[in-house]
Amino acid sequence: MSDMDSQRRQFLKTSVGAAAVAIAPGMLLFDMAHGKSEAVSSKVRWGMLIDTANCADGCNDCVTACNKENGLSGGLSPTDSQWIRKVELKDMRSGRSLALPVMCQHCSEPPCVDVCPTGASFKRADGIVLVDKHLCIGCRYCMMACPYKARSFVHEPLYDQKPDVPRGKGTVESCTMCVHRVDNGQQPACAEACPNKSILFGNLNDPDSEISRKIRTVASVQLRADLGLDTGIRYQGL
Amino acid sequence: MKVLLLSLLLAVTPVWAADSLIPKLDIGKGGKCVEDPQWMRMNHMHVLLKQRDETVHKGIRDGKYNLKDCIECHASTKDDSVIARADSFCVGCHSFEAVKIDCFECHSGKRKSTLARKDSK
Repeated sequence: MSDMDSQRRQFLKTSVGAAAVAIAPGMLLFDMAHGKSEAVSSKVRWGMLIDTANCADGCNDCVTACNKENGLSGGLSPTDSQWIRKVELKDMRSGRSLALPVMCQHCSEPPCVDVCPTGASFKRADGIVLVDKHLCIGCRYCMMACPYKARSFVHEPLYDQKPDVPRGKGTVESCTMCVHRVDNGQQPACAEACPNKSILFGNLNDPDSEISRKIRTVASVQLRADLGLDTGIRYQGL
Repeated sequence: MKVLLLSLLLAVTPVWAADSLIPKLDIGKGGKCVEDPQWMRMNHMHVLLKQRDETVHKGIRDGKYNLKDCIECHASTKDDSVIARADSFCVGCHSFEAVKIDCFECHSGKRKSTLARKDSK
């Protein structure tokens, strides 16, 4: 072995050692600083039960509240973001009509997560399906995969976003179940805004929560249950 | 007198020259930073990056290196922003170092407490 080679090896050995010493205290400090903060866990699964019988025709309060909370324009053109829509259904035979809000259904087997090539689409441990916009490349596969048409793409540069809801051009976005509010112990904006209290938000994994008790006693369905996605949003009276 | 002034000027010049190498920033409210300021100058990008993943994926929102907390202290007292002017807290250094900041294409550069007060009015 030449002299040059042995010098090179010695240098590499010492620099690896130095790097380990430099990194270790930083990691220790970081762990200590974050000791108290708790990550979300799968003991909780957030969900909603929407009572379509109480959802008033012509009322748009949940949509307005969502737009206000998340800083959406409220426009309805194909290039405007819509996180929640009021869908009106009418059975032509009987004439029965009903209206219901439809947003991201927060599936436990989300197709948007399956197709995402970068890992930007993900499901949090507590069941909330989100887009990590730091990783999103704007390919929009998730928009094609979603059977509920729940996701929107931001086409234009945005200004004056809400501090709690970062949004930006070139990324896909959808209902976050107001994750910034839920993490602070509040309800999603739509559930709070509904004048008839037809959106019940709660923990599906807790058998004593109001939503779990109601799901046990009244008939409710998941949209497109045939797809087996196990959605977190359920509808009553559909 | 003239000689005295000239010698004073000469004595002061090196200090003034060193100062001019650092961009003059509007540090907003300022106060005590979560870390030593010199350490933050070198490492803020790393801690912000780590914190961002913890927040987005694990929902940990009370971390020490929170972008919103940075803005809360360092947004200008004049326009409540860290990016509005050439000497704003983030823009000042980043344009001096020629490093593009992507953060504020999505994140708000305004102080949250002031925005909340305006909203409630």
